[in-house]
Amino acid sequence: MAVTTNDASAPEPAPREPEGVTETAPIHPVLEFWHYFSENKGSVAGLFIVLILIALAVFADVVAPHLPSEQYRDHLLQPPAWQEGGSWTFILGTDPVGRDLLSRLIYGTRESLFVGVIVVSISLTVGVSLGLVAGFFPGIIGTAILRLMDMILAFPSLLMALVLVAILGPSLTNAMIAIAIVLQPHFVRLTRAAVMAELSKDYVTASRVNGAGIFRMMYITVLPNCMAPLIVQATLSFSTAILDAAALGFLGMGAQPPTPEWGTMLSEARDFILRAWWVVTFPGLAILISVLAFNLMGDGLRDALDPKLKRS
Amino acid sequence: MRRQLWMASVAIAASVAFAGPLSAKTLVYCSEGSPEGFNPSLYTAGTTFDASSHPIFNRLAEFERGSTTVIPGLAESWSASEDGLEYTFKLRKGVKFHTTKDFAPSRDFNADDVIFSFERQGKKDHPFHKVSGGSYEYFEGMSMSEIIETVEKVDDYTVKFVLSKPEAPFIANLAMDFASIMSAEYADKMMEAGTPEQVDLAPVGTGPFQLQQYQKDAVIRYKANADYWGGKAPIDTLIFAITPDASVRYQKLKAGECHVMPYPNPADIEAMKSDSDVNLLEQEGLNVGYLAFNTEKAPYTDKRVRQALNMAIDKKAIIDAVFQGAGKIAKNPLPPTIWSYNEATKDYGYDPEGAKALLAEAGVSGLKTNIWAMPVQRPYNPNARRMAELIQADWAKVGVEAEIVTFEWGEYLKRSKAGEHDTVLLGWTGDNGDPDNFLYVLLGCDAAVGGTNRARWCHKPFDDLLQKAKQTADPAERTSLYEEAQLIFKEEAPWVTIAHSVVSMPVRNEVVDYRVHPLGGHIFYGVDLK
Amino acid sequence: MLKFILTRIGLLIPTFIGVTIISFSFIRMLPGDPIELMAGERGIEPERHAQLMAQFGFDKPLWEQYLIFMGKLLDGDLGVSIVTKKPIFDEFFTLFPATLELALFAIVFAVVLGLPAGIIAGVKRGSVFDHTVMGISLTGFSMPIFWWGLLLIIFFSGILGWTPVSGRISVLYYFEPVTGFMLIDTLLSDEKGAFRSAISHLILPAIVLGTIPLAVIARQTRSAMLEVLSEDYVRTARAKGLPPFRVVGLHALRNALIPVITVIGLQIGVLLAGAILTETIFAWPGVGKWMVDSIFRRDYPSVQGGLMLVAAVVMLVNLIVDLLYGLINPRIRHAR
Repeated sequence: MAVTTNDASAPEPAPREPEGVTETAPIHPVLEFWHYFSENKGSVAGLFIVLILIALAVFADVVAPHLPSEQYRDHLLQPPAWQEGGSWTFILGTDPVGRDLLSRLIYGTRESLFVGVIVVSISLTVGVSLGLVAGFFPGIIGTAILRLMDMILAFPSLLMALVLVAILGPSLTNAMIAIAIVLQPHFVRLTRAAVMAELSKDYVTASRVNGAGIFRMMYITVLPNCMAPLIVQATLSFSTAILDAAALGFLGMGAQPPTPEWGTMLSEARDFILRAWWVVTFPGLAILISVLAFNLMGDGLRDALDPKLKRS
Repeated sequence: MRRQLWMASVAIAASVAFAGPLSAKTLVYCSEGSPEGFNPSLYTAGTTFDASSHPIFNRLAEFERGSTTVIPGLAESWSASEDGLEYTFKLRKGVKFHTTKDFAPSRDFNADDVIFSFERQGKKDHPFHKVSGGSYEYFEGMSMSEIIETVEKVDDYTVKFVLSKPEAPFIANLAMDFASIMSAEYADKMMEAGTPEQVDLAPVGTGPFQLQQYQKDAVIRYKANADYWGGKAPIDTLIFAITPDASVRYQKLKAGECHVMPYPNPADIEAMKSDSDVNLLEQEGLNVGYLAFNTEKAPYTDKRVRQALNMAIDKKAIIDAVFQGAGKIAKNPLPPTIWSYNEATKDYGYDPEGAKALLAEAGVSGLKTNIWAMPVQRPYNPNARRMAELIQADWAKVGVEAEIVTFEWGEYLKRSKAGEHDTVLLGWTGDNGDPDNFLYVLLGCDAAVGGTNRARWCHKPFDDLLQKAKQTADPAERTSLYEEAQLIFKEEAPWVTIAHSVVSMPVRNEVVDYRVHPLGGHIFYGVDLK
Repeated sequence: MLKFILTRIGLLIPTFIGVTIISFSFIRMLPGDPIELMAGERGIEPERHAQLMAQFGFDKPLWEQYLIFMGKLLDGDLGVSIVTKKPIFDEFFTLFPATLELALFAIVFAVVLGLPAGIIAGVKRGSVFDHTVMGISLTGFSMPIFWWGLLLIIFFSGILGWTPVSGRISVLYYFEPVTGFMLIDTLLSDEKGAFRSAISHLILPAIVLGTIPLAVIARQTRSAMLEVLSEDYVRTARAKGLPPFRVVGLHALRNALIPVITVIGLQIGVLLAGAILTETIFAWPGVGKWMVDSIFRRDYPSVQGGLMLVAAVVMLVNLIVDLLYGLINPRIRHAR
């Protein structure tokens, strides 16, 4: 459900050349970008959290106190350290089969970031390519692509993903494929709109007159100038991907146990909702924090990359 | 502190709940799901039977409430011929069918209704056979169309069944849900009106309760049948509040929003035991949860490997973590509540070292295998994934690397039936309380071909004993045959027998005389409220 | 105007045909065998299996199944559920009012809170209030709502005991449904307290379902306000010395609301369809839960029919929003 709502907050498909650069030539574009990005403290915080998450994922083996699947059978459902009955060996407590919750959450970062990277890569590549084609050939091909995207968008994304996973078989890989499929129409539409806007500009006409090939036109001349909204959309899609993968996991259609995926952990913990609050609370919190971090970052990116909103 | 807060909240919740309308003796049962429909012969789910056959209908014979003993129902008595091929039933007189807004019975229950109920299911050319999908899975599943030759009306209150072969558990089969008796008069009337499917949508039975209202996924409402032949039920209204989530059911029970709930979360059992408003009734279920080795695939063709992997599993840990104590370690494929359960069987103890030695002896090292885990919750296995994870960890300790595999339920059943698994978790819940219903169905050679024998294990000495028991009428002799079969089973180890569930039924204190049904149904006739 | 409406509807038809093809072919690709599923642990004889496959029409070639399916669809027949053996249309429309009621309440909740919050945040840009609203709404926007629902249940139902845990109304109330909307039906019935019970059951699910739309609406309203407030005519109005309330209320708000209304409309479509998680958590007897159950039960015809009907509803709502937008904002109409 969250996927479609992204539409509303997605940047308007009206990319322009970064006017700021031409106006104040002495500042290097990267510095200029950072200047605007860092104006938004939330975005910096988001970036910071994202960096921590990446570090946790990379160094999980070092950071996590236990192995994610190691079962300590004498410590079933032990509460967090600060609560009565808890111990500092298992800081956030243990789950119903005695696995350390903190370690599972740390390893879970890998799964979630992995999901985000793969889903965004697939949907970005496919979506942008289709969008470019639709933009360059607005005739039958373009219309056909757009209609197909309309059809996909007519289904609620989570429902669509759920059915796709049911078809492919429940697993994290298939969940990623399903989410990528439901996310890519947004990239198609965005790219197409951007291309349409760019195509009428002088530099494109010039390039065309100079006899540039169609692929050169697509990927080298036009695409770089449409990047800003795509980057923002990619960041937001990253968070949607994490959220949807968790939702599928929660419904038992995502990563399969004992994979320490957060949504799957939540779904396994549901039975204990009244008895062991920690097994329900922490995985959800982990999802919320990561999704929030990426959304914060996305906001900052938009402010920095989209000059129209920047001025307002 | 938390506990106090919790108790306070319960008090508030209870007061809120009781602010509802007060009605004369209304019993609310928090059921676990929507019934598939209201004609029990069309469906196979226990949830459906709870909502249809138990409250609305009767059968010729019935299981006594809270036991597997068969007692007279709509038949007052019966007798069998010498050769065991003819059963004659004397029907009860003065039994009234329900009067609904579409139907007022003009006559009492009689032989025509019995014949209609069986012929609809058994005769393919019966005008009602194809109505509402026309699949009678339980009737077929119990081989009734092969067993029953004819059903004859001797007079209005006498019916004769002619069988094609002697079948000892026949009377017990007639007490099963699919054999519920429906009104032939109602059926005729609906057929005339051109709406035969109404018979299944708006049920008319002879049972203690009459269906009043059904809202899918929300509520089923019954009123007590004032003319019930066994006397009106002590409660006036019976309500099923459909509540799929087990922890939510418990919350509702605590809050007094319902009086009885099935299938509690094992995680909540401890809390229920210490809850002064709730009475936790317990009984061993008529079921077994097992892990079957595919004995057609190497290395499981070798019984030493099967024995070793038996020893490698810490069943106690499984009972604790998966059943949260609401289970008993199983040593036999039969549950202890069934007659002929062999007490003398000796189970494999937890012995990783012994397992390693035995594996080495069999020449197996670095074994890579898989464990199939069911995607659904069952009484005999409340959490197959968790169970698989525990077994996976146990086997890792003896050097066996297992991958956990799961499919969606239909796919799981199909593929395991086709023998694609190395090892598979599954289980069985008994239908009629007969050992044959476990051993023959799950471990016989016929079943190895048909697929319900997931171990694909066909062992001649074992199968011979079962065949012999099937032909034998004398219960004592059957008992000793089954006891011997269980010993062979244990030695050959086609399964790891894991657990029998302990069925827990939390009921509120004001509920009087609720009895846990060993066959798994939930029955409310005879239950009262304080 | 009529031409505009007709074009919009015309555009929908190929999309809808595409939707039927997608729903139809998806379901044929599902790996599970529905007949096996019905048989359960017990298993089924091969002959009986074949017989049932034929009975449900699963044994015919795909294109033939599709043509039969479309032919029946034109007659208003979506087939029967394998599980309950009832027509899909009936199943869908007995459950749909529950979903609609929940979605409408969620959207009311989101608008009532989100709109004013967004307006004030926009007007008082940069204030503490603005930062708080934006912070909360971004959190809401990032919320895994299945977890949010569980937390609310733990807190309001578990610890405080204020709200019921699940369902639409206390089962003790008995009346015949007239409209299928619990709030209306309870008012029509003579059961005392039933309305209150229905409301108390509706609150938590509506909050959970409304959380993300609330965040979206607040953010959208704020940025629409910012945009409008920077436009010349507002500046002029301000310069003329009109009181700020009048500037915001009369000039800015009216124009800012146009895009916001579109957003709200689109959210209704999303909600109607997207109640899957909320309904699952609260055991709300609606379409979303039914779809999930059907997927898990391999109820082919129900998943197929449900998928199509849900998509049709979303398309219909979006069409209405689109038309309304065209009405409010004539520029759109002419531009296209």
